[in-house]
Amino acid sequence: MDIIVCVKWVPDTSEADLAIAGGAKDIKKDDLDHDINDWDRFAVEEAVQIKEKVGGKVTVVSVAPEDAEEMLRESLARGADEAFHLWDDAFEGSDGYAVATILAKFIKDRPFDLILTGTLADDDCSGQVGGMLAAMLGVPNAVLVSSIEFLDRKVKFKKELEGGLYEAVEMDLPAQLSVATGLNEPRFVSIRAVRKVASAEIPVIDCGELGLDESQVGPQGSKIQVEEVAMPPEGEGAEIIGGGAEEAAGRLAEILKEKGGIG
Amino acid sequence: MTLLEPADVPIAGIPAYIVALIILTLALCFFAFVMYRRIDLLRRGMPDPRFSDIGERIKLALVYGFGQYRQPRYLGAGVLHILLFAGFMILSLRSLTLIGLGFSPDFHLPLLTGSAAFAYEVLKDYVVLMVLAVCIICIVRRAVFTPARYDHPGGKGHGSEAYVILGLVSALMITDMVFDGSALKQNGAQGHALFFPAASIGALFMPEKGSQALNYLHIGGYWAHILVFFGLLNFLPISKHFHVITAIPNVFFSNLNKGAIKPVECGVDDWMELPECGVGHFERFTWKHILDFYSCADCGRCSDNCPATTVGRTLSPKMISIKARDFAYEHYPIFGAEKDRSKIQFTGDVVTGDEIWACTTCGACEAECPILIEYIDKIVDMRRYLIDQGDVPQSLQKPMQQIKKKGNAYGGSKAKRAAWTKDLEGVEVRELKKGEAADLLFFVDSCGSFDPRIQEISKSFARILTASGSDFGILGADETDSGNEIRRLGEEGLFEQVCQKNIAAFLERDFKEIVTFDPHAFNTIRNDYPEKFPIVHASQLMARLVRNGRLSFTGDYVQGKVVTYHDPCYLGRHNGIYEDPRFVLGRIPGIRLREMERSRSRSFCCSGGGLLLWYENEQERERMGEVRVKMASEVGAEIVVTACPFCLINLEDAIKTTGNEGKMEVVDLVELVDRSLGTHARE
Ligand code: SF4
Ligand code: SF4
Repeated sequence: MDIIVCVKWVPDTSEADLAIAGGAKDIKKDDLDHDINDWDRFAVEEAVQIKEKVGGKVTVVSVAPEDAEEMLRESLARGADEAFHLWDDAFEGSDGYAVATILAKFIKDRPFDLILTGTLADDDCSGQVGGMLAAMLGVPNAVLVSSIEFLDRKVKFKKELEGGLYEAVEMDLPAQLSVATGLNEPRFVSIRAVRKVASAEIPVIDCGELGLDESQVGPQGSKIQVEEVAMPPEGEGAEIIGGGAEEAAGRLAEILKEKGGIG
Repeated sequence: MTLLEPADVPIAGIPAYIVALIILTLALCFFAFVMYRRIDLLRRGMPDPRFSDIGERIKLALVYGFGQYRQPRYLGAGVLHILLFAGFMILSLRSLTLIGLGFSPDFHLPLLTGSAAFAYEVLKDYVVLMVLAVCIICIVRRAVFTPARYDHPGGKGHGSEAYVILGLVSALMITDMVFDGSALKQNGAQGHALFFPAASIGALFMPEKGSQALNYLHIGGYWAHILVFFGLLNFLPISKHFHVITAIPNVFFSNLNKGAIKPVECGVDDWMELPECGVGHFERFTWKHILDFYSCADCGRCSDNCPATTVGRTLSPKMISIKARDFAYEHYPIFGAEKDRSKIQFTGDVVTGDEIWACTTCGACEAECPILIEYIDKIVDMRRYLIDQGDVPQSLQKPMQQIKKKGNAYGGSKAKRAAWTKDLEGVEVRELKKGEAADLLFFVDSCGSFDPRIQEISKSFARILTASGSDFGILGADETDSGNEIRRLGEEGLFEQVCQKNIAAFLERDFKEIVTFDPHAFNTIRNDYPEKFPIVHASQLMARLVRNGRLSFTGDYVQGKVVTYHDPCYLGRHNGIYEDPRFVLGRIPGIRLREMERSRSRSFCCSGGGLLLWYENEQERERMGEVRVKMASEVGAEIVVTACPFCLINLEDAIKTTGNEGKMEVVDLVELVDRSLGTHARE
């Protein structure tokens, strides 16, 4: 089973003070730490677990700036066999469509049975790349996938639906699946594990080497233009519940009932 | 007719000395072979340098080995054990003499002649009776009043072996009484009962003086004694009673590096290059750790004090020893080929991940074990293996990743490490830049920098340092998590990174001493860091400031309330600091200090600090902090004082979940001192 996993390098905004960058088109990212998109971590783990079960090769690829090498190396330490780093200054400002274009170009001439991505990215939550990539490569796609199994040249999996329902799906290979979080328990990658792959080569491939024209990538190759990024207006109606435990619990239950949280 | 002596009576036509020689040779050969096999396995264990500081080691052997120093921590069982041990020591001379009597009726040990021999005989006779009595009490105690700590949660034990041993020892005493009693009956004069009570009791059951039966009993008693003696000797190394032989060497070789964790592998330059990191296979334990397994007496004192066992986690430290010894005896048998070990992975299959992650490294087990068996290093070694396999509970992965990325488990950015200093009124906290100097370097650690509750302790401490006129500064953005828990969770690579960062930051600044209120940081900087820096815990510094008259207190905050002090594991057990916090507390006017039943080295862990705050255990019935809060309420405490930020958090939670809110509060010693400062105006 040859599996290609596409991963994204995203800023960690959880504990940070967010600020809007000049031009109001993005947040200020300079002093934010970046890491692999959490959804993609599950995708890499899933690919490695599949390989451990049925054999094959796992390739990890990302369209990301230089610093992201760390994430690719960590994926190798997790058990991927090779990693490719697609980057060119011209890629800066690519939207989901342009990123899918770059990835499709890279993948097109490679053998693969399965392409895995996370369903969403922690930063923009667009959930576009997987589906568009599948379309560009002409393979079927599904999102929020878990419990992946194989049968001959078919893949069977579960797909999350609204309201906690699952749909069992069977699909021909090759296919592209966008995974849900929690479909596995990602292993821990220690410093020693990373050091073991410290000398593995991670080729950096630029626009020209991919055979892409600069007009196909970056803002020019994008379909979406961001108008404005803004902080949410300061909310109203937050209520700090005081009093003893019983009193507070009572008030909380009241609110939940009022707002329809509980029946 | 006089009584014939054993050496004079041939057995089945074979001269007695030949029989004695055959028994002696066979028994010793068998014993030597068994010991050879056991030692052979030790030699296959990993290296462990335990031959340094011989003077210190001899002292340990005298105090904990021969002196049985820890036995009375369990008073009843301890006294019985001391009596039994003393009996063994005294009767060993008797045993040697008896072996010699098989060769010659006049045999005696050198120097043991004349009145010395008589005195020894008298002593021995009393000791025989005492040992017999102790054995009977032990048998009854085991059978009727079985203490809960003899249980074997999650495995099988060897309780029945105890009866075998007690039975054999009793048989030794009884055969001795028969042997001496028959002689007394034959030759004895009146009044001997006072000198030879055991023999006299034996004589009561003996047949007629001068009868053939008396002769038979004398000779039979002798040979029975010899057979039981060698049977016992050879039973020891194949049972849980191996400790009779190994306990004293085990104490002699015990760990002298208190508070520190062992290196991944001793004598290896680059552990990262090792094929296996930590302990996955049995032979990856160090020889001393295997000796620990041999030595465990199954007494259960460790597990009886283990907080993880208490709250129902699957961990019971004694079971680690028992399972490991069973594994060793099964897979490396005395006779026959070694068993195939390829299908079974020691770490994971024999000792499970659930057990391994459940440990808080509180050290209660090690503080209790009468023969100084170690657990923390073994558990850390097994964690190192699991970490290397990527097999880590999800709840611990995220905080570890955060430390790797940001230098703290809270996910806060490095730049904001000193943000807590901003809203301090009237107190200036200097961030020491490279090359700058201060008397005291205040190491705040991640909790004091990022956890809003613990930031309050940081502020209190800054106020105390200011009030006492101390010249101090912090590292600010150049400070990294101390790494105490990272090391104890087995992520050695990450520990090396954080400790090197801190060491570099220390070296770039000029200070006389590091001070921290977090015992975890205190412990790792003091005991684990390869570079040594002078460091004190806040409680020590405050005690010093009080002694120097630079701090004085009012009783305004305490107001005569009942206060109890909870000893944090990493301050007390791991670093022996019990008195300084109590000294500081004692100086607060009007304080009513009451000790909990479990205090000092028996303190009960509140569930661990650092990264363990994130650890979620699914098996526990209740939280350790809740157990501890109940102990505090038993002494009527209104204020629980601790000297560790993590204890504070755990206990504060537990006060809420046990419904003690409003009845009891927990404060850090630093906060209590801040609130009681004489010169310090409270808002
Ligand atoms: S260190 Fe504490 S938690 Fe760990 S096994 Fe020993 S007593 Fe139990
Ligand atoms: S480790 Fe020590 S305390 Fe625990 S059962 Fe064994 S001998 Fe007893």
